[in-house]
Amino acid sequence: MKKLFNRQRARSFGLIVLFFVGWEVGCLLSGMSDLILPRPSQVFATMFQRMPILWPHILQTLMTTMIGFALGVALGVFLGAVIGVSRTAYETAYPLLIGFSSIPKVAVVPIFVLWFGSGTVPAVLTALSICFFPIVVNIATGLATTEPELEDVLKALGASKLDILWNVGLPRTMPFFFASLKVAVTYAFVGTVLSETVASNRGIGNVMMTASSNFNVPMVFAGLFILAGMGVALYVVFSLIESRVTGWANRKNDFAAA
Amino acid sequence: MTIAATLAPSAELPAGNLTEPPAGRPVPAVELSRVSVTFGQAGDSVAALAETNLRIHEGEFLALVGPSGCGKSTILRLVGGLIQPTEGVVILGGREVAARALRIGMAFQNPTMLPWLTIEQNIMLPLKIVEPFRSQFRKEKRGAFRDKAHDLLAQVGLKGFAGKFPWQLSGGMLQRANLCRALIHEPRMLMLDEPFGALDQFTREELWAIMQKMWLAHKPTVLLVTHDLREAAFLGTRICVMSARPGRIVDDAPVTFPRPRTIAMTFEPEFVALNQRLRSLIVEARSGAPAPEETP
Repeated sequence: MKKLFNRQRARSFGLIVLFFVGWEVGCLLSGMSDLILPRPSQVFATMFQRMPILWPHILQTLMTTMIGFALGVALGVFLGAVIGVSRTAYETAYPLLIGFSSIPKVAVVPIFVLWFGSGTVPAVLTALSICFFPIVVNIATGLATTEPELEDVLKALGASKLDILWNVGLPRTMPFFFASLKVAVTYAFVGTVLSETVASNRGIGNVMMTASSNFNVPMVFAGLFILAGMGVALYVVFSLIESRVTGWANRKNDFAAA
Repeated sequence: MTIAATLAPSAELPAGNLTEPPAGRPVPAVELSRVSVTFGQAGDSVAALAETNLRIHEGEFLALVGPSGCGKSTILRLVGGLIQPTEGVVILGGREVAARALRIGMAFQNPTMLPWLTIEQNIMLPLKIVEPFRSQFRKEKRGAFRDKAHDLLAQVGLKGFAGKFPWQLSGGMLQRANLCRALIHEPRMLMLDEPFGALDQFTREELWAIMQKMWLAHKPTVLLVTHDLREAAFLGTRICVMSARPGRIVDDAPVTFPRPRTIAMTFEPEFVALNQRLRSLIVEARSGAPAPEETP
């Protein structure tokens, strides 16, 4: 196992610190107005001062995202499995899916609002509709590219299609699945915030909209930082799960000799 | 338990045969009648196997040799139920192959261990799929089944590797594990598709000896596809030679060397003569010249 603080992590951390320091110094030297670009120190100060107000919105956005994401994963895995198992289904359904995924999701939000009113429901649906596609594609690709030799092992034993899917197809697809989860969870945030900025009175997206109309620029940036932080946190969570579940697929680094 | 003991004696046949044999004649373990296989769509099709008739009897160790691409593996995959014949019927233990009358164990040249499972879990995989083991799998996977897997591993010289992942083993080790997986569910019929093909000479000979020992003890029906003529003559009770594509069987002869055969025997004159005869048959088959009909 890797150490918690190795060189690589120190470098990544250093880069982040350098980025904020550069930003801070740049603003100070150029005399940038905080109406245009506030200094990170101002942003962090605002974030901590206003935390009691921000906290419910953070929870709202997080909850909405996680519900949308969970539904997206369920739908994505189901569709991906259906499409990936059968070549006919794969070729039949693919154009339709591409069509759906190429629709800009901003354009869909008003429709969801029309159907379900403003608030949590359209935000969940937007998160869902934006995050399920990478999961479908990855599950379907993982299943469709399963080596026939691996399946033959079970076929020769007289295994049913379901046995093969369960024992070969799905485990083989896990690395693809987790790769897509990490992407999908960040997409889900995009969906939620998008919907909140358009049609909601709660959530970080709404906070940022309100703050920007009041020219409270540090607050807008505080919202951004919070979103980035939550995105990174969820990414880390899924990376950790991934490395536990699909360690077999990532043996290149920590295995030297047989 | 020995390796041999894991192979159930293949004497009894499943009840309810669909095609009753004429009285007085035993049902062959495998029967291909007028089977041909064509791959691809019409217009762009490749004939892999021309009208082939083949019978394999209970307890026989049939080695199938021939030039590469002649349809040896196609026959094996037909019998294993992995592909369907374009024409003709494949009958296994008195039933059409799709009916799964016999438990089949299979091993390919590529060991195809599932990379996300440990060696032990890989070997126990057939038990998870095939009845009657399947229904006990949950209960026995840490008990009897696991002991069984460990026993088999010990016999092929892989003691202590049960918990390793496939990528931690060498090719030869994987192939040993592959044999264990083909045997663990006590198959009555063993299909081997060049299982020793990718191994070095010495490992190969060692595995031949293990294979022979196992076969001698309980005489399962074995179909071995190989391009190694020494291997065919060392292991087989009968050797079939196939012609170039589309394949058909051009020679079918028993191998009568006494058992147990030893590696030293493979250098004796009669053995070498058999090899040379097989070799010239295959050379002819490759060049497409009509092979001489020989009745053993």
